[in-house]
Amino acid sequence: MATTISHGGHGVQQAPRVEDVPLVIAGRTLRSRLILGTGKYSSNDVMVRAFKAADVEVVTVAVRRVNLDRTQEEGILYHLDPERILLLPNTAGCYTADEAVRFARLGRAACSSDWVKLEVIGDQRTLLPDVAGTLEAAKTLVAEGFKVLAYTNDDLITALRLEDAGCAAVMPLASMIGSGLGLVNPYTIREIKRRLTVPVLVDAGVGTASDACITMEQGVDGVLMNTAVAEAEDPVTMARAMKLAIEAGRLAYLAGRMPRREVAVPSSPTSGMPS
Amino acid sequence: MSTTSDKIRIIINGDERDIDAGKTVADLLTELNLNPRLVVVEHNREILDRSSLDAARVAAGDVFEVVHFVGGG
Repeated sequence: MATTISHGGHGVQQAPRVEDVPLVIAGRTLRSRLILGTGKYSSNDVMVRAFKAADVEVVTVAVRRVNLDRTQEEGILYHLDPERILLLPNTAGCYTADEAVRFARLGRAACSSDWVKLEVIGDQRTLLPDVAGTLEAAKTLVAEGFKVLAYTNDDLITALRLEDAGCAAVMPLASMIGSGLGLVNPYTIREIKRRLTVPVLVDAGVGTASDACITMEQGVDGVLMNTAVAEAEDPVTMARAMKLAIEAGRLAYLAGRMPRREVAVPSSPTSGMPS
Repeated sequence: MSTTSDKIRIIINGDERDIDAGKTVADLLTELNLNPRLVVVEHNREILDRSSLDAARVAAGDVFEVVHFVGGG
């Protein structure tokens, strides 16, 4: 791991410093390990303030029909500055590889970016991914020059195949989309991170800041979430909590946690007790 | 030209619509009060570059999808 720990010298007391390497996806260096969705906010103003509080630079957007009977101000581009925020079009709502490829192309045409968050959904109730469809769509999109960030199950084999297919990042779920159940299987997520070379971002399922922190403590490269912020009672404050949780979890991972023990170990000396 | 006053039927976003014949896709967007920089047009399943909107002609029976970005995760 490209982590260096240096201790301050020359008699000056300094805290140990842990240096991280920045997250790089498809050749682009990102300062934030948090990606937020733009869905379900009570207002665009709240959304924009939440993005500022979280200091995000990548946000996901969906491609949908323009409502021809209304003004176009409902389009998200009215509220986001593409100079400051990288738009990551998704293929949410697509149930086949063909449909996802079509949506990806529309998204690319809309924002002139090759990045796409690929989702091929396999089941309406759970919104769990159709991994065969995801893999098929990923191959097509990679061949067309897309930078594919693929939403997938917490399944190592699929993750490896998505990497082999040329995905720019693989994004296993923490738990079901919009469920807020948090990270249900840290062991599989850790193994996926250990085995893949491309960035691993955990996408979906985070419910609150501790979930984001625990997820980052597994060593993954970042977290993508939407509902946990948008549906918080105060999305702007939750966005800031998420930013801090992501940073805390990352630092805890880099610092290396103490081992778990099933017996107590005293923190105070056992000798030198006055008799 | 007398044909310019003829009406043709097209489908936009799933709905039938009668428009004047002889229009370009750019004209169509103007008529719909849409900013071409903020939408993407799929014309008979083929995505149109923004630069080709002025040249693309609308014909009877054409199917259009006009999409944009909305909030999503």
